[in-house]
Amino acid sequence: MLPNGTLIGEMISFAILIWFSVHFIWPHINKAIEERQIKIAEGLNAAERAHAELKSADVKVAGEIKQARLQASEIIDKAQQQANQIIEKARGEVVSEINRLKAAAQDDIASMAQRARDQLREQVGALAVQGASKIVQREVDASTHKALLDQLAAEI
Amino acid sequence: MASEPQGGLTEYIQHHLQHLTPHTSEGGFWAVHVDSITVSLALGVMFCLWFWLKARKATAGVPSKGQAFVEIVLEFVDGQVKDVFHGDRRVLGPLALTVFVWVFLMNAMDLLPVDLIPWITEKFGIGHFRAVPTADTSMTFAMSITVFLLIIFYSFKAKGFSGYMSELFTAPFGKHPLLWLPNFALNLVELLSKPVSLAMRLFGNMYAGELVFMLIAGLFSAGAGLAGWALYGAGIIGYTVWGIFHILIISIQAFIFMVLTIVYISMAHDHH
Repeated sequence: MLPNGTLIGEMISFAILIWFSVHFIWPHINKAIEERQIKIAEGLNAAERAHAELKSADVKVAGEIKQARLQASEIIDKAQQQANQIIEKARGEVVSEINRLKAAAQDDIASMAQRARDQLREQVGALAVQGASKIVQREVDASTHKALLDQLAAEI
Repeated sequence: MASEPQGGLTEYIQHHLQHLTPHTSEGGFWAVHVDSITVSLALGVMFCLWFWLKARKATAGVPSKGQAFVEIVLEFVDGQVKDVFHGDRRVLGPLALTVFVWVFLMNAMDLLPVDLIPWITEKFGIGHFRAVPTADTSMTFAMSITVFLLIIFYSFKAKGFSGYMSELFTAPFGKHPLLWLPNFALNLVELLSKPVSLAMRLFGNMYAGELVFMLIAGLFSAGAGLAGWALYGAGIIGYTVWGIFHILIISIQAFIFMVLTIVYISMAHDHH
């Protein structure tokens, strides 16, 4: 059986319907598909970019940590040097103080010994005068024999 | 169809509304609608193969256009399920996808010229062939009864036997023994109305759509002469306009069938 007029009319309508779909319906679906593709591609790109950025940030961070460590060790070195200097300085000061104190003490000792010696000498001189006056049975006039006595005291 | 509609439009339409059935069982229970089964199965297999092939070749990278299309459909359906149903979507998601795409494809058969497939099948000696499975109550009820069984299954699964039974007999009026029967009667009506409305809505829309196509197709053989040709042109315009409008209807009906399936099954999970 050949296609009759009814079928041909329907086929023409169907062709128009297909044309309508191709021009007015399919573009919308196609647009949605392409938008999705673009969105996914962009998302993947962004992820890759973020990955690369993360990597470079990691490198940067590692460098900065290294630098910070270097700086820290430098600071520690400096601090140690300073501490050493302070200790040295303190030690010098202490030594000079000790020396000063020692010298002062020695001076004191020397002057005290001198004084003791002088006192002793005077006492001995006095004792000698006493002894001598006893021997000569008369008073030795201290003023007349002062020169003699002083000479005696100096000899002792 | 048998050449020109000899008995006019009425016979033409009556002829078109006859299903293909085995000759041995005219009118009986086993008068199976071979046309509906064939077309629905073919479309179902086509849908499965199409989505399976796209899913099998799916990449995590930028999708091909075919994959992107499948993804868009899938995402759309999954979004609908997610909006309504807040549970495990591993069964309901694919179910909704199948319902949506399958119903849409079966509905889309309505867009083919009503005489095209019968004309082709006639070459093979088959006189009656209705190409739109969803314009067949057998098909729509087959689907809605499946949904109904799923509603029952998920009601039992979500609430347990005693839980579901107590809900059937005590909601919505109350727990008093006198109210058991009214409760159950109301719940039965509510329950049974779901598959009926689901099936009849789809069937009614598609059947009416097919009928309108046939009525417009009647213009193509309205007569001879200038008036005949004018009517022929009007037929082409009318047929096209109805076809374009029908694109909207088939999409909406497929969508409604899917959404109601989701809603009914998610309702089966809800406790009163």
